[in-house]
Amino acid sequence: MVDRRLLALGAAALAAAVAFLSIGLKGNIAFVLELRLLKLAALVQVGVAVAVSTVIFQTVTGNRILTPSIMGLDALYLFGQMAMIFLLGGVGYATLDPQVKFGAEILLLMALASALLLPMLKRRLDMGLMLLAGVVLGVLFRSLQSLLARLISPNDFAVAQVMSYANFNAVRTDLLAFAAILTFAGVVAAWRARHVLDVISLGPDTATGLGVNWMATVAGLLLLVSGLIAVSTALVGPMALFGLLVATLAERIVGTRRHGMLLPAAALTGIVTLVGGQTLFQHALGNATALGIVIEFVGGLVFLLLLIVGSRA
Amino acid sequence: MIAASPSALRTGVIASLGLAILCVLSLFVGVSPLSPGRVLSDTEALQLLLVSRLPRTLAALLAGAGLAIAGLIMQTLSRNRFVEPATAGTAQSAELGILVVTLLLPGAALWAKTLVAGIAALAGTSVFLFTAHRLPPTQPFLVPLFGIVYGGVVGAAATFIAWQADLLQFLSIWTNGDFSGVLRGRYELLWITALMVAVAWFVADRLTIMALGREASIGLGIDYARMMRIGLVLVSLITALSVVVVGMIPFVGLAVPNIVSRLKGDNVRGTLGWVAAGGAGLVLACDIVGRLIRYPYEIPVGTVMGVVGAALFLWLLFRRGSHG
Repeated sequence: MVDRRLLALGAAALAAAVAFLSIGLKGNIAFVLELRLLKLAALVQVGVAVAVSTVIFQTVTGNRILTPSIMGLDALYLFGQMAMIFLLGGVGYATLDPQVKFGAEILLLMALASALLLPMLKRRLDMGLMLLAGVVLGVLFRSLQSLLARLISPNDFAVAQVMSYANFNAVRTDLLAFAAILTFAGVVAAWRARHVLDVISLGPDTATGLGVNWMATVAGLLLLVSGLIAVSTALVGPMALFGLLVATLAERIVGTRRHGMLLPAAALTGIVTLVGGQTLFQHALGNATALGIVIEFVGGLVFLLLLIVGSRA
Repeated sequence: MIAASPSALRTGVIASLGLAILCVLSLFVGVSPLSPGRVLSDTEALQLLLVSRLPRTLAALLAGAGLAIAGLIMQTLSRNRFVEPATAGTAQSAELGILVVTLLLPGAALWAKTLVAGIAALAGTSVFLFTAHRLPPTQPFLVPLFGIVYGGVVGAAATFIAWQADLLQFLSIWTNGDFSGVLRGRYELLWITALMVAVAWFVADRLTIMALGREASIGLGIDYARMMRIGLVLVSLITALSVVVVGMIPFVGLAVPNIVSRLKGDNVRGTLGWVAAGGAGLVLACDIVGRLIRYPYEIPVGTVMGVVGAALFLWLLFRRGSHG
């Protein structure tokens, strides 16, 4: 029964991919196809990375309306990038080897995210307070980023500006291979952790009673989450509410919080939403970058609904 | 009610002195050199002072005082300390209003645009307050969280429209609070803010009672629905005015009333003056910092306030958290 739902999701993802590749195909077909394949690979990666990281993050924090981006992780990533441009200059930043740079950024984000989130989880703050603090931290990092943006020269700013909107047209294909390895490793790690995640979702006390080393496991999972977020932010830019949208939809579709089922469902939903949305916007609505804004809008509405409904129950 | 004890008098004197120093600094800090001596002897210098520096200083004072008061009123109406116009959809709704009126009637006068922005802000804030009252009072942090995401959704709608109409740059300039374009003749609408602050002063006692909740205030003889409307109009108009004239300045309405209420208590009439002065001083100080930090270039006050205000907010949040 449930397996059929997964199959249906897989079929939908496949259909979206085929539509993305084939609609309006003309001109030098081999060239266009290669270009589209690269972009498709990036979109699939982003969809999967965001979906998987959101599901893990929700389980670890024990809250359905949290996403790593709502907690300011992607703002933190962008701030880190801006700080590097500020310190090295736009030229210095641009001449860095992109993969070395990317690796360094990911490590930086993992370190910062753990420094930020672990104390909060450890102190077991009131979830509402933690959410609010995370949102405000996100605002703080975004403001710091725009402050730094004002302090650098216009040339450096041109380098920096590209990063601050989610852009599905200018996907960073130069990072694709490297990012693919990371995403794959992250997804494999998440899949292997699916049973541990089921235990973790029972809460810290029960999980510890069942023999899970709570702090170590949670710290490891958070590192995994921040790595995946860094990959998706690096490829297309920040998307605050996409993860929430996808994770919520996936949970509705498979009707379970069991991770063996939820993780693949979320990943597939991510692919359907992103690839399907991109195809739709590119061909039917004639403007593709607006997808990020629409996702933000719809994701925001879903968030508000969850907040109202969830606080009633 | 307000006993003028010697210590209260002393803090009052120190506060007004601080505000005065900020004003003088604001008048004489800028790209063109200007000194008090030259103003008296040089008509060109006097011109600069009257056309640019003085309007800029006044605009910062008016916007700061107004936004802080708007925050105070909003916190009273929603009975939650962590909301303010820029984090609860009011400013974003005003923005959406400006965008729509700019698209439909590009030639409309500034006051007409302000009016439309005000109406949009009123609608947006009403939706927020209506929903905020339905959230359970046992979870106080849900309301500001709801507000921030609600503001994000309204903002995303504005961004989408701006994107379709190729007005993204226009929107981002409107959005970020900035006093560098303020000259004589371009900011006078902000004086209406002073009027709004006066109205707030007039209804201050009723606002204090409103903070006790609907039942209690009706029991005490307050026309709750009418007061709610007055408060909403005050908040929406102040926000719309400042968004139209100088752009969005976040966190003023949040940080200042919280700090003042910690120091001075919750009697609106007693704190109103402090909140207004505090908001004016904070915005003016941030504007001066923005002018100095990368001299001779300017950093918009909205950007400076984003950093300062968010840091202040976090500090307030965790100080409160550690107290229980």
